[in-house]
Amino acid sequence: MELVEAIILAVLAASTPLLIAATGELVTERSGVLNLGVEGMMIVGAACGFAGAWLTGSTFIGALFGIVAGTLVSLIFALMTLGLAVNQVATGLALTILGIGLSGLIGAGFVGERITPAVHLAIPGLTEIPLIGRVLFGEDGFVYFSVALIVGVWWFLHRTRAGLILRACGDNHVSAHALGYPVLRIRTFAVMFGGACAGLAGAYLPLAYTPFFIPGMTAGRGWIALALVVFSSWRPGRLVVGAYLFGAVTILQLHAQGWGVGIPSQFMSALPYLATVIVLVLLSRARTGGSSAPAALGTVFVPDR
Amino acid sequence: MPMHQRMFDPTPQRLHSSEPPLLQTVELTKRYGDFIANDSIDIEIRPREIHALLGENGAGKSTLVKAIYGLIQPSAGEIRWHGEPIVLSGPSDARSRGIGMVFQHFSLFDNLTVAENVALGLDGKEPFKDMSARLEQVSKTYGLPLDPRREVWQLSVGERQRIEIVRALMQDPKFLILDEPTAVLTPQEADQLFIVLERLKAEGRAILYISHKLDEVKRLCDTATILRGGRKIETCNPQRETAASLARMMVGGEIKQVRAASGRKTTVPRLVVNDLSLAPAEAHGVRLEHISFELKGGEILGIAGVAGNGQDELFAALSGERLSKHSGTVVIEGIAAGHLSITQRRKLGAAFVPEERLGHGTAPRMKLSENALLTGHAASGMVRHGFIDTAATLKTVDRATETFDVRKAKRDPEAASLSGGNLQKFIVGREILRNPAVLVVSQPTWGVDAGAAAIIRQALLDLATAGAAVLVTSQDLDELAEIADRIAVMFHGRLSAPLAASEASREKLGLLMGGSSLEPKEATHAVGA
Repeated sequence: MELVEAIILAVLAASTPLLIAATGELVTERSGVLNLGVEGMMIVGAACGFAGAWLTGSTFIGALFGIVAGTLVSLIFALMTLGLAVNQVATGLALTILGIGLSGLIGAGFVGERITPAVHLAIPGLTEIPLIGRVLFGEDGFVYFSVALIVGVWWFLHRTRAGLILRACGDNHVSAHALGYPVLRIRTFAVMFGGACAGLAGAYLPLAYTPFFIPGMTAGRGWIALALVVFSSWRPGRLVVGAYLFGAVTILQLHAQGWGVGIPSQFMSALPYLATVIVLVLLSRARTGGSSAPAALGTVFVPDR
Repeated sequence: MPMHQRMFDPTPQRLHSSEPPLLQTVELTKRYGDFIANDSIDIEIRPREIHALLGENGAGKSTLVKAIYGLIQPSAGEIRWHGEPIVLSGPSDARSRGIGMVFQHFSLFDNLTVAENVALGLDGKEPFKDMSARLEQVSKTYGLPLDPRREVWQLSVGERQRIEIVRALMQDPKFLILDEPTAVLTPQEADQLFIVLERLKAEGRAILYISHKLDEVKRLCDTATILRGGRKIETCNPQRETAASLARMMVGGEIKQVRAASGRKTTVPRLVVNDLSLAPAEAHGVRLEHISFELKGGEILGIAGVAGNGQDELFAALSGERLSKHSGTVVIEGIAAGHLSITQRRKLGAAFVPEERLGHGTAPRMKLSENALLTGHAASGMVRHGFIDTAATLKTVDRATETFDVRKAKRDPEAASLSGGNLQKFIVGREILRNPAVLVVSQPTWGVDAGAAAIIRQALLDLATAGAAVLVTSQDLDELAEIADRIAVMFHGRLSAPLAASEASREKLGLLMGGSSLEPKEATHAVGA
């Protein structure tokens, strides 16, 4: 019983940064922009988030630092790819390299420092319920926020006019422009949202996951978040399933080693990517026309004026 | 009738007009750097008027309507709406004033539903459900049936255009711009569209109708304004003009009557096809069955037929995009070439111009010089010791530009930046400049304006006069009658025996295109029945 509860808690904790980062990237990609710099934005968010919390002693302010840092880094990307119409793939990769270096610089003074981890919810009577109590009523704020975030994004994309316009920009920027929508401005906001989410996801790691900062602590989670968006075929509902599935695989991999199961841990680490490839194959076989990916994804747009 | 008289004489019209213009441009000018796309254009459009905007590709039609729809800002001059000068901040501003537009290249979103596509063209003040309901109602009222829940990628071209039109009508526009709406429609679909347009006119709306199909304009429009080289040439009543006089105004001077040099001599057979049969490459392709013909130097053979009867497959077999099992099925310059690749066939002196200009005839995002290299590398001295001779490729571009009057913004632009007519002139020019012994060309003037079409047809005739064998596939019977010496018809993958052009009447060709035989007995049968 206790083991099951512990595993569920660990899976939630491991999944939350993936969910937050992937939610941001989903919105970015739905607007037609492919930002491969998620890992870079996350790691800068982690360093700045830790710095904020260490300086003020507040997890909340630390999270805000992470959000602002992620947004600022994403603005570099927006300036390059939207303002100067540079290739998005190259810029995204460069952004990751930049982010890793930058976070090392910012975080250098904080290595070895400790902060108080994010507080967990505690409702007398409810949190003590066996098995589900701590899972439902004993989490930190990030976990609840991540769920609200993906629900909010689903509602925004599929139930609001602004969301429809954003999807339209991702489907055909020439048509969106011809109808009078400011494609580049909309995409800039989408990129900034993606940056903010990546920054927050990064900040989650030192603020709640482990209460200290080490360089490179995102450890490829940004890449998993990117794979997750493809895995979800750009749909918020499937993104939630995918995030917890990928989170579970990472936790399972640790426990499998502990139990002495004879599967190499490297194979387990590769599972999310393998799953993404399989989903891509299934998707392309299931649909005869149209496409699940935003049709304008990754293409440069220069309006004629 | 007084309406028509007024329109016939535009000058006094302004002085004593009972109905003021709904939309007016006054000395509207648009410059792109040194290039003047619109030069002081005055145009007036009144309610209950279908006003044609005529001009060749590059005449400035698109620029003018983009300015009227608020997509671009004019460099000088003004737009007046109900007599008041207005500045349009963007398309949504234009729409809110009652100006609607149906684009030539549809501005639709493939992965969104019909209702979502329509919603994006509206101001969004109306709840989505109400909008969907109204959409169904509007589409029913105008006889343009649509299912709001389907995604666009599932729909046919005609249905997609319906979305565009319904989207424009949902805003209850007083003024509607249609950019070449019939270019992609079958004749039946076009007839339905005309009924809708007549009805909109009767409702008191004004329509600006861009086209270069002159018979359509004569049939439908009350007034026509002709643009040429960015300037307004004339506003006239198309019903009082002939197609020839309208074309004259568009092109500026007589469209050169395409003339064959007299006494063209046929020489040796240069392209021979012997009993060519080929299974289709795709599931819905056409099987070629026992095709044989012989084409001599100095001769033009026309292949007529409804699209999709094996013309594409024949082109692929002749060009070497598909190889035949028996080398003797295609003989170029006396050499069995059925098994040879495209490049090897080019080295024998053959040249090919496919139907699709972008993507097949040229690589859209590559420069013209690079596109010249792509077909010319084998036999035109553009490659030396494995290196590209850039000067030679640019020279080819310059020669094609000069000889065939290709209009472009700079010396060596991307292929995709050229208009259809100019790109086609470049592609045909590129092949003709190689002095081919055999030219196989598919739909040479499809979607090309009258002036460019005349230049291309003349070039094909001149090439034949110079001794080459030319094979032209076309759905345009008038075109074939103009240039071909003999005409054969493709039907269900079979090719009829060629008729001499003088004997190939429309009726005979029509029968062959419908799959009938020309045997005397059966022909009488058909008439009797």
